[in-house]
Amino acid sequence: MQTPNVKVMDKNAVLLRCEHISKSFYDNRVLDDINFELREGEILGLVGENGAGKSTLMKILFGMSVIAQTGGYEGTVYVGDKPVKFDSPFEALEEGIGMVHQEFSLIPGFTATENILLNREVTHHNFLVEAFGERLSTLNMPEMIERGDKALNTLGVAISPQMLIAEMPIGHKQFTEIAREVDRQNTKIIILDEPTAVLTETEADVLLSSLKKLAEKGIGIIFISHRLQEILEVADRIIVLRDGNLVKEVDAAHADVIKIAEWMVGRKMDASAFADKDVNTNPEVLLEVKNLWVDMPGETVRDVSFEVHRGEILGIGGLAGQGKIGIPNGIMGLFPAGGIVKFRDEVVPLNNPRQVLNLGMAFVSEDRRGVGLLLEETLDWNISFTAVQVKEWYVKKYLGGLIKWRDDAAIRQLTSEYIKTFDIKCLGGHQLAQELSGGNQQKVCLAKAFALKPELLFVSEPTRGIDVGAKKLVLDTIRNSNRERGMTIVMTSSELEELRSVCDRIMIVDEGRVAGILPATAPSTEFGLLMLGTGETDRREGEIHNGKVKTK
Amino acid sequence: MKTTKKTSYKHFLIAYAVPIMFITLSIFTIPLSGFSPEYLIQEMIIRLARNSFLVLALLIPIIAGMGLNFGMVLGAMAGQIGLILITDWNIVGIPGMVLAMIISIPLSTFLGWIAGHILNRAKGREMVTSYILGFFVNGIYQFIVLYMMGKAIPIGNPALVLSRGYGIRNAINLEGIRQTLDNLILLKIGKVQIPVATFILISAFCLFIIWFRKTKLGQDMRAVGQDMEVAEAAGIPVNRTRIISMIISTVLAGFGQIIFLQNIGTLNTYNSHDQTGMYSIAALLIGGATVSHATIPNIFLGVVLFHLMFVTSPMAGKNLIGSAMLGEYFRLFISYGIIAISLVLYAWRRQKEKERARMDLRGNT
Repeated sequence: MQTPNVKVMDKNAVLLRCEHISKSFYDNRVLDDINFELREGEILGLVGENGAGKSTLMKILFGMSVIAQTGGYEGTVYVGDKPVKFDSPFEALEEGIGMVHQEFSLIPGFTATENILLNREVTHHNFLVEAFGERLSTLNMPEMIERGDKALNTLGVAISPQMLIAEMPIGHKQFTEIAREVDRQNTKIIILDEPTAVLTETEADVLLSSLKKLAEKGIGIIFISHRLQEILEVADRIIVLRDGNLVKEVDAAHADVIKIAEWMVGRKMDASAFADKDVNTNPEVLLEVKNLWVDMPGETVRDVSFEVHRGEILGIGGLAGQGKIGIPNGIMGLFPAGGIVKFRDEVVPLNNPRQVLNLGMAFVSEDRRGVGLLLEETLDWNISFTAVQVKEWYVKKYLGGLIKWRDDAAIRQLTSEYIKTFDIKCLGGHQLAQELSGGNQQKVCLAKAFALKPELLFVSEPTRGIDVGAKKLVLDTIRNSNRERGMTIVMTSSELEELRSVCDRIMIVDEGRVAGILPATAPSTEFGLLMLGTGETDRREGEIHNGKVKTK
Repeated sequence: MKTTKKTSYKHFLIAYAVPIMFITLSIFTIPLSGFSPEYLIQEMIIRLARNSFLVLALLIPIIAGMGLNFGMVLGAMAGQIGLILITDWNIVGIPGMVLAMIISIPLSTFLGWIAGHILNRAKGREMVTSYILGFFVNGIYQFIVLYMMGKAIPIGNPALVLSRGYGIRNAINLEGIRQTLDNLILLKIGKVQIPVATFILISAFCLFIIWFRKTKLGQDMRAVGQDMEVAEAAGIPVNRTRIISMIISTVLAGFGQIIFLQNIGTLNTYNSHDQTGMYSIAALLIGGATVSHATIPNIFLGVVLFHLMFVTSPMAGKNLIGSAMLGEYFRLFISYGIIAISLVLYAWRRQKEKERARMDLRGNT
């Protein structure tokens, strides 16, 4: 199992050096004094939680325009000995930095070769070029295929260079994308942003060995992954980012999964804000979910089963893109879903939001401005909207229900009640929703859901994009409605500490499946390990051996 | 992904739903019309020669992902201005046709360039934009032909000018170039005449398209057509490429209109271009093409099927119900209807394909 992947790299030339890199988005400091270097033939593993600053750092290195648009960065990046400052990805490519993105940037109707050589095609000269310019030269397909084949061979994978991207399994697409960087003559550094996230285990293994092959050729590789075993297997050195700081730089030989997880999440615990909370012990099952799948782009849920007990707050956590957001969206019928969902022992029809609302469930969407609010309408309408539409409350009926009239007086009263209880900062119920701040908009979303008087409430990312003071108010509101009104709540959040402070139990979702459910009082490293897909199963099977884990 | 025999059979039916529908319809209308086979074959050959070039002009914007170019009427108008001028100057025969084409080139290029710029600002809504653009440019065309010609643009031939002294007459006799290209090399097989020169020109143009797809520019257009963002990220000048495709299409539509009118022999100054876009697009779609994919066989199959319907349905209507009007109505109905159906089918098929692509992400239920 052991692989001798610790090489003596110190003699090799430095390819890339970052000195004192800092970056703020407006007032929010996301990177603070980052220093590291990458040497020839070295694989550098970069790990960190969501929001630790990994992608911002990579955007700086690759010259993405968003960095310049938000005020640039501090510090200096050196390629070799030359200080550089990229204004666009093309300049980064010029200097030999290639990047493989999480989303594929491949053209589906093109073959592997055509994609690898996109806009770098090998061409024949002909007489029309003299008259109309280079673009009328014809393609030299045989030679292109040869070059595509060569690039793919460098990676050590058997993919036909003439295969269409649309017909490839997902792993082959990833290799094609990497081959594109390999084919560039001047590529010295390749940055891979979670290349294995979409791969099966065997595919990931092949990818890791091709990375090693590339490194042997002297290319420097920065490898970002949440799968710590892979990092340990392939990297020579590991750097750990946390909250914008480089907290640890270590030889892979001196690290193991648990240590890394601790460095990643290890913030000072304030022993959770609701330490004295009485944990819900009601065993009655309110919602039962079996083998749920949800086809939500970017948040695919593959196979999830769990139970929600009456009166509890169940947290759903996990890294971004692993499917935690897909669960409430699927149950509420907003995205194509399948499986069995039972509410009070009654089967819930999927893909039918109306029925789900009628049964007594409500949803506060993570997409506040898109799904949550009618931005160009008043607060009156926003808060009462679903109740009027679904429950036909606040409606006056005439002629035996033939004519339905909105009861504006009742709606105004309802709104002013919620404005008072939730302390929504506004000019009154007649103000437009788009004029409120993020935190107050979130409160309106909650009020809208509460106005349905649901038995079960799904809340997705309730504190995303709102300031600290408002966060506490929103979380208090959620907690109070549970403890005082007995509303059962399923809350999805990317912030583990937030979940730990509010919930009774927390379920962690990884790769569209349940990684585990723990009481909120469990130590945060346990959760961290679950999130990174290296939870109990691995440890139970005793596969962590001297810091090297292989899942086969 | 595994495809069973049954699903591939179903896939075939869905992919070729429109041509299959038309072949079935023709099976009924051909015997009902009572036309002789020689007559129908002769008609089809004439119409292939007359229309193929116009339909071919639609191919390049489809490759570049700009959909069906309703804006090809811009080129048709440029071609007509060329024809009006050569008729006035009394330049006849092949030199006249060539000169008309040469006159149309700068006009079409300019119009195509404008259209390209406008469509770059309407990405994703190219078809409806180019359709409306056609109406707008029609207004300018009418202004030029109805008011400028004879005043600002000298027109010497009184047979062309309205009696008030300026503006072009409603119908222009193109006898100087009538069927000069068709009759250049005329092959007779039995009673059937084949205009060989026109077909040589059309085949040359097909070869041009095949060659064009293999150029760097053609490759760039295919890339832009499939994914503008990826193409942009790879450094391909997306907007410029799209403008070039519009210019090529407009210039070719101008040539196509000149070939079309030399066969007809008269120019309806204010109407000839009206239906050009609609009929060409209907023919292409009937041939099995879609908004995003069209091949050369689609064009020839489409022209034959569309015009078979065009020729037979009035007679079939007359023989069946005793009214040719019904058939006339029917052929207008189908040409608009087919465009609507094809667009709906295309959207539906895209949706199905998307679902199928994501199928393996879903559970087994």
